[in-house]
Amino acid sequence: MAMYQQQRAGINAASRLSYAAVLKKDFRKNKFIYLMGLAGIAYYVIFKYVPMYGALIAFKNYIPTKGIMGSPWVGFKHFIDFFNSYYFIRVLRNTLLINLYELLFAFPAPIILALLLNEIRLTFFKRLVQTVTYLPHFVSMVVICGMIVDFSQKAGLLNTIIAWFGGEKENLLLNPDLFRPIFIGSGIWQGVGWGSIIYLAALSSIDPQLYDAATVDGANRWQQMRHVTIPGMMPTIVILLILQIGGMMNVGFEKIILLYNPQTYETADVISSFVYRRGILEANYSFSTAVGLFNSAVNFMLLIVANRLSRKINETSLW
Amino acid sequence: MHRSLGDKMFDVCNIIILSGLTLITLYPFLFVLFSSLSTPSELVKHSGILWKPLGFYLEGYKLVLKNPMISVGYQNTLIYVAAGTALNVFFTSLFAYVLSRRDLYWKNHMMMLVVFTMFFGGGLIPEYILVKNLGLLDTRWSLILPGLIATWNLIIMRTSFQSIPYELEEAAKMDGASDWTVFWRVILPLSVPLIAVMVLFYGVAHWNAWANALIYLRNRDLFPLQLVLRQILIQNDTSGSTNLSSDSDPFLGEVVKHATIVVATVPILILYPLIQRHFTKGVMVGALKG
Repeated sequence: MAMYQQQRAGINAASRLSYAAVLKKDFRKNKFIYLMGLAGIAYYVIFKYVPMYGALIAFKNYIPTKGIMGSPWVGFKHFIDFFNSYYFIRVLRNTLLINLYELLFAFPAPIILALLLNEIRLTFFKRLVQTVTYLPHFVSMVVICGMIVDFSQKAGLLNTIIAWFGGEKENLLLNPDLFRPIFIGSGIWQGVGWGSIIYLAALSSIDPQLYDAATVDGANRWQQMRHVTIPGMMPTIVILLILQIGGMMNVGFEKIILLYNPQTYETADVISSFVYRRGILEANYSFSTAVGLFNSAVNFMLLIVANRLSRKINETSLW
Repeated sequence: MHRSLGDKMFDVCNIIILSGLTLITLYPFLFVLFSSLSTPSELVKHSGILWKPLGFYLEGYKLVLKNPMISVGYQNTLIYVAAGTALNVFFTSLFAYVLSRRDLYWKNHMMMLVVFTMFFGGGLIPEYILVKNLGLLDTRWSLILPGLIATWNLIIMRTSFQSIPYELEEAAKMDGASDWTVFWRVILPLSVPLIAVMVLFYGVAHWNAWANALIYLRNRDLFPLQLVLRQILIQNDTSGSTNLSSDSDPFLGEVVKHATIVVATVPILILYPLIQRHFTKGVMVGALKG
């Protein structure tokens, strides 16, 4: 913040008005607006910036009775403990693998669905597909996971289908090898329809004349798709890809802790679920804050790198 | 227009693929519905796909509706959805209005500080400690205040407010309207569709939320429905309900579980056709600042 103030001050010095004077004038003129903004500012300061300050406990031994300020500093001890622990490789690998698979399978799925839906001429059928595929997005995660748990049981629906194809019946959620496929697959099942909306919106803004021109040039439907439709979607795809890569280290713990169990920790435990278990359940506040902070820092760097790359390649960027 | 054989093949394949997807998406819900209505003994004997309920059995539903945990959860969720959404929408639109004022000197600085929070945060534990230090642990506020303004929604509203012609405000100000009056009487009435979308987004989020409740609440009387569902569906814990006595049908549990899913999902399914037409609009406004 101080930096911005200095920059502003510099600009204003040039216009021969001191920063304080500008601010005062602005304040007087917009007194009432500032008053209206008070709640919003308070919200962001208290619920967003205070926790950032609270993340300092990653470098301390947080003792609740002494508070954040009063607790003793320990430097990078918790980070080093984490890096040296058996869990570091495990949760890092799981987090990155789940994200990599999502990037490979879950990310393209809504794009493909949007392309297919776009080619449908029967309005009724298109509506039907859309209505049905959007639906699971609105069903709560707990219910979805409840269904997954139920279908994965030995006598469950999924096992029935597996048995048809000659497979062996087992409780699928107790098998560590199956955790990732179940996690990613159910995620696609739940999100593909909803995810396609934004691409359909992008498609609807493509100039129809481009298609006419392509037809005149003798392009068939595949060629139209390749040379008109996909380039038209590209900016949207790139922005969402940046966001996805920027979130590479984030796997929300909600679905993980609903589906995992000690037998599958080996493949299922990710950074956020580890933070939840260590921090909330075992009250290792400082240690799990350090783990969380490591996660945020890596994430933030990934976002910056992805954004810079796409600006270079594509001239599309978040900022 | 002449359509080649390739075109026709493409169409046929496309329709088959999309029909398959539709079926795969819909069937699990139908399966749950059918088995919730089936007689437990029949259901156990049956193996494979269900195409209709096996018998017509309402005992499962009776047990679910009598379960005190479910009814308390339902009531709590209604409170969180109503109060939470109202506060969310009010404070988000109020702050969005402030940030959309073009003559406000500080607005870009504030905006930067707001957007930064989308990419960096303190993390789970510092947030928990904050809520604890504020004395919100085990209160309903813990599910409402920490998520009062969703930054993404704030940006959407701000962008939309900025596109309202400035002349309208100027005219109102000429007539002696204060900033508050402009917000309340000019901006909000012009943004009704946007507000409907916000109510939809925040409302659905509150209806489905459970993670904050898991972290911040110990008192079962405050649990939202989703947390109750987690105990029943995931942890297989029906201890909160005395209805499942040991001498009842041993397979009743399955039917009760499926009935629970239906009871907990029906409100969304009823609202769904009503809110569906707003989805695309919601995502479209979201894409404004994509």
